[in-house]
Amino acid sequence: MNYILEILPSLLNGAKLTLEIFFWTLIGSLPLGLLVGLGLTSSFMPLRALLRFYVWLMRGTPLLLQLIFVFYGLPLIANGVFTLERYDAALFAFILNYTAYFAEIFRGGLQSIDQGQYESAKVLRLSYWQTIRKIITPQVIKIVLPSIGNEVINLVKDSSLVYVIGLGDLLRAGNIATSRDVTLTPLILVGIIYLILTAFCTYILQKLERHYSYWR
Amino acid sequence: MLELKNLTKKFDKRIILDGVNFSIDDGKILCIVGQSGAGKTTLLRCISGLERADAGEILVDGKKFDPVNTKNQDSVIGIVFQEFQLFPHLSALENIMLAPELVLKETKVQAKEQAQDLLEKLSLKDKADLYPYQLSGGQKQRLAIARALAMKPKILCYDEPTSALDPALRDAVKKIIVALKKDGITQIVVTHDMEFAKQIADKILKVEVLKK
Ligand SMILES: Nc1ncnc2c1ncn2[C@@H]1O[C@H](COP(=O)(O)OP(=O)(O)O)[C@@H](O)[C@H]1O
Ligand SMILES: [Mg+2]
Repeated sequence: MNYILEILPSLLNGAKLTLEIFFWTLIGSLPLGLLVGLGLTSSFMPLRALLRFYVWLMRGTPLLLQLIFVFYGLPLIANGVFTLERYDAALFAFILNYTAYFAEIFRGGLQSIDQGQYESAKVLRLSYWQTIRKIITPQVIKIVLPSIGNEVINLVKDSSLVYVIGLGDLLRAGNIATSRDVTLTPLILVGIIYLILTAFCTYILQKLERHYSYWR
Repeated sequence: MLELKNLTKKFDKRIILDGVNFSIDDGKILCIVGQSGAGKTTLLRCISGLERADAGEILVDGKKFDPVNTKNQDSVIGIVFQEFQLFPHLSALENIMLAPELVLKETKVQAKEQAQDLLEKLSLKDKADLYPYQLSGGQKQRLAIARALAMKPKILCYDEPTSALDPALRDAVKKIIVALKKDGITQIVVTHDMEFAKQIADKILKVEVLKK
């Protein structure tokens, strides 16, 4: 018990970083994902092609590779002109990656909205963005919420990948304690903290789904 | 007055509407009849700017009118779609209030007052807070009419207003259309139901399926 209390601060410190990455990635990639999703359904071919390439790249390569590439690779290419702090590099890579996944989900949601919804909005003379904001987005969110939820849970766990560029997240904190003290306790604690985080996310997502169930 | 002159619409190479002409005086009811596939819906979509006509022109009160580009113009055309296309995430009241608030920049109070009047007029007063999925077919249709009327269009169009309803409700729609006529609203009713058209129309336009 004493041991647990002893290592808990360093684990919670790691958990704080994990949460920060989680939080900012969502703040960045959800709206961006919706925008890219809109682009993916655009009738402007070059835009669609470009975005499809981006999504293909992001979903076709490991996030781990993208992370390493952004942190170690970009400075090499840019010849030292362009470097990112570890934390910024991690966020950049995560947002880039998750935007692509969210965009695909939003694309599916957008395509399942009846064309007639756009048309009735148009006849009522709503502008394109008014239509997207007031008519389309609320309906899309309801449709995509379960799939978004899956990715959100994944993100909690994926955030542990930041250890490769030397960031001290939750998993890394546990790992350090385990190898130093030769005991499994820290890793078990780490597992429990992840479970608490994902349970909390699941709870929020359920709440959201219930909120959106007032119409059909 | 709305006039169509020589309106032509093709899909790819296929001519659907070949030089349609008609005019309708203010406050009158024009019925557009014809078999399924004759192009009735397409004609409505051209008038309301959802499709661009390939040739011909549309005049409102003698002035040329481009329905596709209606920025900075008054509401000219309102539509009641065959499937109504209500907004499922908005209550009946909100469905009506949305466009007047966003587009006509009415205040919430104004928009709400007007929406409540419209609900009352279309016997939906007690349905204000219900969502479209909680309404019957006839109620949905009346809500769609109320939503269109809230934008104060010069002309209100209906696509097959009787098709989604059982026969008992046909008379109810007829009553609404006739009542709106008394209010001075110009109406265009698309239907394949000649009987219905004869009962309400001041003028009937037939469209035929064009071969090739
Ligand atoms: N977007 C479209 N692209 C190609 N053909 C279409 C399109 N919309 C309608 N059509 C064709 O135009 C014809 C007329 O359709 P429509 O106006 O819906 O007829 P109605 O409403 O009189 O039943 C039909 O043959 C239909 O297949
Ligand atoms: Mg039709």
